[in-house]
Amino acid sequence: MRTAGASARIDAVVIGASAGGIEALSVLLPVLLPGFRAAVLVVVHLPRERPSLLADIFTQKCAVPVIEAVDKEPVMPGTIAFAPPDYHLLVDEGPQLSLSADALVNFSRPSVDVLFESAADVYGTHLMGIILTGGNSDGAAGLEAIRRVGGMAVVQQPETAQTSLMPASALQRVPDAQALPLDGIATLLRTLNPGDRP
Amino acid sequence: MSDRDFDIELRLLIDAIYLKYHYDFRGYAGASMKRRMTAAMVRFGCRTLSQLQDRLLHEPGAFPALLDFLTVQVSDMFRDPGYFLALREKVVPLLRTYPSLKIWVAGCSAGEEVYSLAILLREEGLLDRSLIYATDINPGALQRAEAGVYEVERIAGFSDNHKRSGARSSLSDYYTARYGHAVFDKSLRRHIVFSDHSLATDSVFAEVQLVSCRNVLIYFNRELQDRAVDLFRESLCRKGFLGIGAKESLRFTASADAFDEVAREDRIFQKRAA
Ligand SMILES: C[S@@+](CC[C@H](N)C(=O)[O-])C[C@H]1O[C@@H](n2cnc3c(N)ncnc32)[C@H](O)[C@@H]1O
Repeated sequence: MRTAGASARIDAVVIGASAGGIEALSVLLPVLLPGFRAAVLVVVHLPRERPSLLADIFTQKCAVPVIEAVDKEPVMPGTIAFAPPDYHLLVDEGPQLSLSADALVNFSRPSVDVLFESAADVYGTHLMGIILTGGNSDGAAGLEAIRRVGGMAVVQQPETAQTSLMPASALQRVPDAQALPLDGIATLLRTLNPGDRP
Repeated sequence: MSDRDFDIELRLLIDAIYLKYHYDFRGYAGASMKRRMTAAMVRFGCRTLSQLQDRLLHEPGAFPALLDFLTVQVSDMFRDPGYFLALREKVVPLLRTYPSLKIWVAGCSAGEEVYSLAILLREEGLLDRSLIYATDINPGALQRAEAGVYEVERIAGFSDNHKRSGARSSLSDYYTARYGHAVFDKSLRRHIVFSDHSLATDSVFAEVQLVSCRNVLIYFNRELQDRAVDLFRESLCRKGFLGIGAKESLRFTASADAFDEVAREDRIFQKRAA
């Protein structure tokens, strides 16, 4: 197994966030510039009964395309896709986005574990998982699955997170994950796959 | 156990189910099928899928229990009220032009969607000339659908959805409360035929003016989605309507060109005249 910092080409970045997530993502996602070639898939826990405005909010803030995931859509390099509220987001062979309305996982739908575990199956070492601020432990098992297949594991340093439980649980489960403050994660994203810059 | 072993065992298990029980899960979307099988393995107390396969082949009663794991039964009456509102506004006016109506609800689960449609048709004065085919592969779900009985705790949510769907009556007009349950009206059921039908293995059985198949296609891979949408296209009359789930899309299916969008956000399509 590679160490958490080793660098194979990263084809996809999966991100999980809960309480405080929108603020954290507002720091991270705008650093991505056109020419960034990895796909970015994001689960944020939100109220399940309302339509989400995430794609609209982040389209305003970001320089790369932002969408809400649609079932069976091919994964698009350089595009940010958010899980729709009340559906799990998964990655299937293709790679392709897949939605499901299966039971809640960790009291959540979408669940970070569901996204991370399915992405680990498809991307293996070419995957980076990031756990941000949040008040539950969704994502810890998923991050472990990513490490198990040799992918890269990153956690927002719990002391710097608005709500520390989610990154702390992930770090406990994956002790060799890189724990970084948001600006450190931003730098990591900016310098990912250096050959991709236009 | 490595992931590779799991994948091998999963394929073998799905083949075994097909050979023994004629339920075809081979075309279901891989990632979510894998999760459901993992959950089933834990619930059945099996260490591997091979162990689960052994039980499925040799223990009567094991397969019906597994079927409940493999077919997701989450549903609500007037789920996504905007869909039903769009049906009223964009589809009902055309349905009125037919002297008699046939409607197919594919993947009807415990009947929530079917009764919603029946109530909508009654409100629009169309139910008396309508026949609704409600199909599913889960026999337990079909039985519950036929009974039309729901826990009373669910009614407030149903009723709220109903109001937001452009209701012209009160949901309470259609059920009687009994022992903590709401029993839906037999006069609705008279217009519904429930039957076992699989989008994976069965063929078209009637010509219909509207197909409503919501939150079923997401469980299928692209090839099986193609098969299902093709069945709908074949079953629909000229300029018939197709409604699918809120986050489903026809864009990635082979028959995409056979349909025009009628209500984009609400996922209602019309078969092209061609
Ligand atoms: C999530 S429920 C959808 C219920 C309802 N249509 C709704 O949107 O609320 C999915 C249903 O599809 C059924 N289903 C799964 N595979 C099927 C197949 N091959 N053919 C027909 N129905 C199927 C399941 O048994 C389940 O009842």
